[in-house]
Order: sequence, then C-alpha cells, then structure tokens
Amino acid sequence: MKELLERALNAAQLRGASYADVRLVHRIEQSLLVRNGVVQGISQIEDMGFGVRVIADGAWGFASSARLTLEEAEQVAGRAVQIAKASALFKKEDVDIGPPVIQRGTYRTPVQIDPFTVPLEKKLEILLAADAAMRAVKGIAATEAEMVFIRERKIFASTEGSWIEQEIIESGCGIEALAVGPDEVQRRSYPNSVGRHQMTRGWEFIEECNLPGHAPRIAEEAVALLTADPCPDTVTTVILGGSQVALQIHESCGHPIELDRVLGTEAAYAGTSFLTPEKLGTFRYGSEVVNITADATLPGGLGTFGWDDEGVPAQRVDIVKEGLFVGYMTSRETARQLLRLLGPSPYVTGLSNGTMRASGWNRIPLIRMTNVNLLPGTWRLEDLIADTEEGIFMDTNRSWSIDDKRLNFQFGCEIAWEIKGGKLTRMLKNPIYTGITPEFWRSCDAVCNADHWVIWGTPNCGKGQPSQLAHTGHGAAPARFRNVRVFSRK
Amino acid sequence: MLGESYIRELMEKALRLSPADETEIVLEAHDSALTRFANNTIHQNVAEVNTEIAVRVVLGKRVGSAITNRLTQEALEKAIEEAVALARLQPENPEFPGLPEPQPIQPVAAFDEAVAGATPEWRARAVGAVCRLAESMGASAAGALSTGIYELAVANSRGVFAYHAGTEAHFTTVVMRDEGSGYAHRAAWRLADLDVETLGRSAIDKALRNQNPRPIEPGVYPVVLEPYAVDDILSWLGYAGAGALAVQEGRSWMNDRIGRPVMSPLVTIWDDGRDPAGLPLPFDFEGVPRQRVVIVEKGVPQSPVYDTMTAAREGRRSTGHALPRSRPQTASLGPIPLHLFMAPGEATLEEMIRQVDRGLYITRFWYTRLVHPRDCVLTGMTRDGVFWIEKGEIAYPVQNLRFTQGYVPALAQVRAVGKERWVLSEGFGFTCVPALLLEAFTFTGVTELPGR
Repeated sequence: MKELLERALNAAQLRGASYADVRLVHRIEQSLLVRNGVVQGISQIEDMGFGVRVIADGAWGFASSARLTLEEAEQVAGRAVQIAKASALFKKEDVDIGPPVIQRGTYRTPVQIDPFTVPLEKKLEILLAADAAMRAVKGIAATEAEMVFIRERKIFASTEGSWIEQEIIESGCGIEALAVGPDEVQRRSYPNSVGRHQMTRGWEFIEECNLPGHAPRIAEEAVALLTADPCPDTVTTVILGGSQVALQIHESCGHPIELDRVLGTEAAYAGTSFLTPEKLGTFRYGSEVVNITADATLPGGLGTFGWDDEGVPAQRVDIVKEGLFVGYMTSRETARQLLRLLGPSPYVTGLSNGTMRASGWNRIPLIRMTNVNLLPGTWRLEDLIADTEEGIFMDTNRSWSIDDKRLNFQFGCEIAWEIKGGKLTRMLKNPIYTGITPEFWRSCDAVCNADHWVIWGTPNCGKGQPSQLAHTGHGAAPARFRNVRVFSRK
Repeated sequence: MLGESYIRELMEKALRLSPADETEIVLEAHDSALTRFANNTIHQNVAEVNTEIAVRVVLGKRVGSAITNRLTQEALEKAIEEAVALARLQPENPEFPGLPEPQPIQPVAAFDEAVAGATPEWRARAVGAVCRLAESMGASAAGALSTGIYELAVANSRGVFAYHAGTEAHFTTVVMRDEGSGYAHRAAWRLADLDVETLGRSAIDKALRNQNPRPIEPGVYPVVLEPYAVDDILSWLGYAGAGALAVQEGRSWMNDRIGRPVMSPLVTIWDDGRDPAGLPLPFDFEGVPRQRVVIVEKGVPQSPVYDTMTAAREGRRSTGHALPRSRPQTASLGPIPLHLFMAPGEATLEEMIRQVDRGLYITRFWYTRLVHPRDCVLTGMTRDGVFWIEKGEIAYPVQNLRFTQGYVPALAQVRAVGKERWVLSEGFGFTCVPALLLEAFTFTGVTELPGR
C-alpha cells in the first residue's frame, strides 16, 4: 500500500499540484439488530479505498476510488488535479493552508477487549435477552436492540512529509421499546435514543451498558407514558438529563463553532452560524457555570483520535470559558482565513486545532466536532432536584430542530417528571422545550458534577455535500436552566 | 461504468460460489462528481468511483449478510463465506418469507449521455455563471451542482436478475444578501431539464426581494407553500408512515385513517418508480418491479407500500418498495416510498396569492423533525424567503418562523393546488410536487437574538 500512496502523491505533483495528501481507509463495520424477538440481521461491511486531495493553480481538487492499483492511483491523482484546475477557473484567491504540518506516528484506540474477538453468539445472547425482557412487559408493541462495532484503519500521507497510521475502534449499543395506545405512540430508549450510544472503546463498554438490566424499566416507562399527563404549557425551570444536555451542546454549540460554517462554506446545506467572528472573545454565550471544550484527546470519546484527516494532532481547545465565547473549531485553511480577518490575538493563532475529518476514503475532510463537552459542575443530581422548588426534569431526546444559524431550537424528550417541592413527582408525556441559544445557556445556573458526567456518542451527525455522517462525542452531566418555555403537543 | 454484461457475469459467478439454500446479490455502482461553491467561489470539487456488493444468504430460515466494495473474486468469496457464517449463528426467523421469485421488469430509460459526460469544467462554468451574476447584484451564492451515473443490479438464486443504469443531476443554491436569502433546487436525469442559470436567477431574485424582513407574531395563518415546502410534507408522510411496517406496528399516520376522508379532496399522492417524469428506478432492492401505489386518493388514504416481508404478513404481494436489506438498520425501516408524486391542480402561484387576504408566502421548510408520528406532527423553521400577503398581493418580507404542525391536518386545509410541478430531491428519494394554498398553518415561535 505504501507504493500506492507514494504513487498518488508523485502523480499529483507531476501534474502540477503544489500540495497533495492521500488517505487510504479500510473500514469494517459489524451490525447486529434484533427486532421483536427476531434477529433482523447480522451484517459485516468491508469498505476500502483511497482519496487524493490536492491544491493546484491555487484551488482544491479531490478524487477517490475503490480500485487499489498503481494505475488507478495515478489516474485518481490526475483527476483530482484536473478538478482543482477547473475550480481555479472561478477562484477569488489562492488557497492558503499556512506553514507545513509534518507529522509521523501511529495511534490505536486503547481497548480492554477487542470487540471483533467476541463471539457473535455472545453478542446475540445479550440482544435477545434485552429484547425478551422488554417484550415481557404488557403493552409493548415493538422492540429493537442493536450493536455496532467498527474498526477503521487509515494511512495519511502528504507531500509535506507526513505519514500517519491510525486504527480507530468503536463499540455501540442500544435498545428501544415502543408502546402503542388507541391514539398515542410512546417510545423509550436506553442508553440513548436514535438507535444507540457509542464510544471509542472495546467490548467492555457493551458490558458496562448492561442492556438486559435496563430493558424492563424502559419498557415499563414506555407503557406508563401512554396514560401519563401531558407536559404543561408554561415557562418554568428545566433540568435536562445528561444525554439531552449532550444533544443541546451538539446542536447549539458544536455546530455554530465550526469555522467553515461561520465563514459561509456550508451556507447552502447545513447553514451558517450566529457566532460570527467579531463575537470571538467578547460574546457572552452562557452563564459563568458554562465551560465548554472541544477535546479530541478525551479517552473513550467518539470524537477521539490521534491526528485529524489533515494530519494535525488531536487537541483540547477552550470554546466557552466561564460563559465567554473564546474559540472555534478550525482547519488549516480556515485558521488562516480567521487570522487574516481578525489578526493575531490570544484566540487567533492561524494554526489548525485539528478537527478536520472525513466520513470515509471517498469524502473530503470537513471541520467536524471532536468531543464538544460541557465541563462538570459541582452539584449532585439529587441535591439539584432538591434545590428546585418547581420545574420539570426531561430526559432522552425524541426530536430536534434548530434554525440554520443555530439560534432558534425546539427539542422534544421521550419522558419527563414534574418537580414539586424539590422532589420528582408525576410522569409527563410528550415534553418539548424551546428557546434561543445564548438566552438558554445564559439561564443555566447549575451543572452536575463529574460523578454524573458521561461522554455521550453521536454516530449520525450529518454535514456536507455529498453528505457525510460523522461520529462525535459530548461529555455532559445533567444541568438546570431557568425560565424555559415548555409545552406538549401531539 | 461497469455495464450490464459485466455485472451479470459477476453476479452469476457469485451465485455459483454460494453454498447457501438461497442467495441474493445486490450491486450498486456510482461514478459521481460534485462541485460545491460558497461566497461566489468554488471551494470543494470532488469525484468518486465506488461499487458496493451486498450478499444476503439464506440457510433454512436463517439469514446472514455481508457487504464489500471490492470486486475481486477473493473479496466476493470472502463476503459469501462471512454471510454464511453469520447466517449459521442466527436463530431461525419464522417470519422470513424467502427471496422473491422473478417477475417481468420493464426497463425505463433514464440515462442521459450529457449527464454522464459532464466534466469538472462544465460544472465549474455552470456554477461560475451563477456566482458572477450574484456578485454583480451584490449578493453571495452558495450551493452544489452534481452529476453522476448510478447502476443497480439485483440477482438471486431463484432466477431474479434486474439491472438499471441511470443518470442524475442535482443543483441547489442559497443566495444571500445582507439579511435576506433566496433558494433554488431541482433534480433531473436529463441535463436539458436542469437549467442552472435560470435557477440561480430565481434564487438571486428572491434574495433581493427578501430584504429588511419585518417581525411577525407566531399564530395560525393561511399559507401559500412553494413546491420546496410541499416536498418536505410529502417526504415526511412517505418516510414516517406510508410504509407497511409503520402501519403494521401502529405508529403510522395511516393507522385508522385508510378509507376515511382526512385530507382535502384536492390531494392525491402516489408513488411511481417507473415514471420518467421523476428519477426512475424500475425495481426495488429485492429485484421486485416497482408498482404504482396510490397512497392518498382525493383526500382518502388508500394503501401503504410493501416489501416481501411486510406483504407476506398480510398474504399479499410486494409492491416493490424494499430498501437495501443487507444493512440491518436500513432493513428495520421497512418499505418506504422513494418516488412520490402529487397530482397537480389548476392554479398558478399568482392565482393562489390572489386568493389570500392576509397570510404568508413560504419558500421552504428547514430542519424539520418528527414530533409525533400518528398525526405526522413536525416542527421546523421557515427559510430563504417568507413574505406577508396582504389583499392578494405580496406585501413585504417577514422574519423566519418556527412551526409545529401536523402534516395530515395541514393537507385537510388545501384550498388550491398549483398546476406546475417541480422534481426535487432534498428529502428521502425524490418528489414531484406542486405549490399549495392552505387555509391554516400553525407557527409557534420566532427568533430574536439577545445582545452581548
């Protein structure tokens, strides 16, 4: 494979590229899904190919192929250069990626038990046990239990002299129970909704999740929700469970700090951002208890790696410090654009903070969330509830929608409980809350402590054209927000 | 492009290699390219050649699958071995009805040499014209233009062999100036049906008219929806409830509504994968010919779409709407209509606007998500052009609104249907949809940015 990568880089340079990098990616994904007591499917997907990214005539080009031959390497590199030269027909300025980045090394996700060494029978046994435990609850109409394991090996090489080999291992699992009433459908999920929770960890993560142990509870909650009272339509205090805080971070902080969005290159698809450059270092994003980082070095996080797909080392970056907006996630090119726009400052270095990732060999890297985390506060959850005279505790995301600048959001949860006199009381169904991003984060007055802090995994973050699904992580603990508009709507 | 004879030979070889009771091979090949622009310049320009082969094997009632993107004999053998090994590990699926039998499939022409031959230079010049025009008007254009060839082939050990080669071209642009923006999008399999410059002009014109939007209170308003917004309605109705699995599990908007008039009699919706007016694909991912299925006839829900598994449960035949079965997560969605059409009416957009005394003109919906499945309640934002209509005329632009609205009750409010339809591909599959005038649509929020 070394020869193929070198051939691609050489061919790109010979055809006029001033810079080129090549990524060879070999990915194996194993999926198991049990639905209503039946094994719906077990599949193993093997995907391998390479992508060549070049700068020629001052513009970007990218081409990719699954055909792993030396001739194809040359052709693909040539195609990338041809595409770059076509891009250059309408360029405004030459691409500037700053000083060379020369990195050599290897990285492997540390795992205790390689999930690919665990027999499928054992995996199925857990899924079937969890599924049976959910179906044993009267009133459950449909159940689902799934596991996903990924091994991605990739080599990155560039004309600047980088050569990086990485192996990323992911394990994910989840269960869902659906209860159907005469005029009502309710779903409960564990550990998280939309299929599963996922981390860069091994089989030990699956064992810790203990799907069968949680299955009866979530099935009972799904049935109980059918006859629960609807969430009232009011303005009140809200405590969000950790996984919902993670979703809130992802949508209302993670996306608007992607500098490519901010600079307009995602405008036609994902949108732009309200966190425009003049706000850097001056804008009060949240209250003083709000501290947010983008940290690709966090052990186990779904956005954890050794180097990004531009060969920049993984980093921990402050995004919001005591409520003040202080950082973006950047690439080599956007970091330079920001420097030209704002000039140097404690918040602007002109150097990438290592967040460029592609969903596969056939996609160009984009700025993607690494692990964007709300740092833990000081509260125990039971103390926080006891400290809340009146409010609503909501948990597990059910629906999410936010505008193209990431300001106006409306999120629904699977379940809620009313808080009265510092205690959780009646269960509430169809809870929804809505708000405006900075207003909401400024109303945050408490974050739970490290005992409640989990690095939630989001394996389905969409961005880019052609579409790319990224795997991102979000460290979060339950948090309290004041004066939130809540309601319920069928 | 691999071509039918090469693919047939490859699949027949794979079928011969399989020791399973039944075997299915699905091959998807892409040769596609996309030129992306923003700030009136090209910033991404990419190309991809890829082929994916999915093997599904059956041992009794045990099913296993494996997928590879390598075309070598060794890789195929390995995929079959893996699928067989996975099948052996499974408990029997008593519901598995077996792979489908062969049925005659009429080919549909959907291949355009002009799309297949589109070069990076052609794409660059096409989007360059839009960028220059936007710049000359003080606006900033962003978007993407893609062209590609797609081949799908399905073969199974019962004798199914189905092959289709098609082309697709898609163009999307958002044009921004100051506070306002405009949008245009279209999909086509013929390049002649994709007029990039005219689409660009319409988005620029919308952006220029969408300046200094005035505040507006949330509430219930009559609305004229451009086809872009109607695309969202049809896509969600299809994805979240027009498949038989959703109905069988009781989570569909069609539950308890089939045969009852629940929408306006002006509403007729069907799925047709064979109509060349859309982006045709004459068979599904099990190699079953796609039937034209009427989902709503004159306001009355008729039938969801079926794949082999959901059809067997009800003792009927598949309508040819299976998604890829080899990925468990996709298979678990059940059958989904991907080629949705809405019957046109007789009104022009101007005539619809004239019928509104006080209401809103909506270009498109954005980031819509399902809040509740049984009424197909969605929440989302308006985007890229909302205008106040006063006494039958567009009066001025207004700020974006959040809505929370059941799409089934919304379609009960249809008062007029546009006579022109657009082919759009921003949702699940594609839709061919007109504009609509609705008596009432519920908006639940507005956006106000707090200061520093």
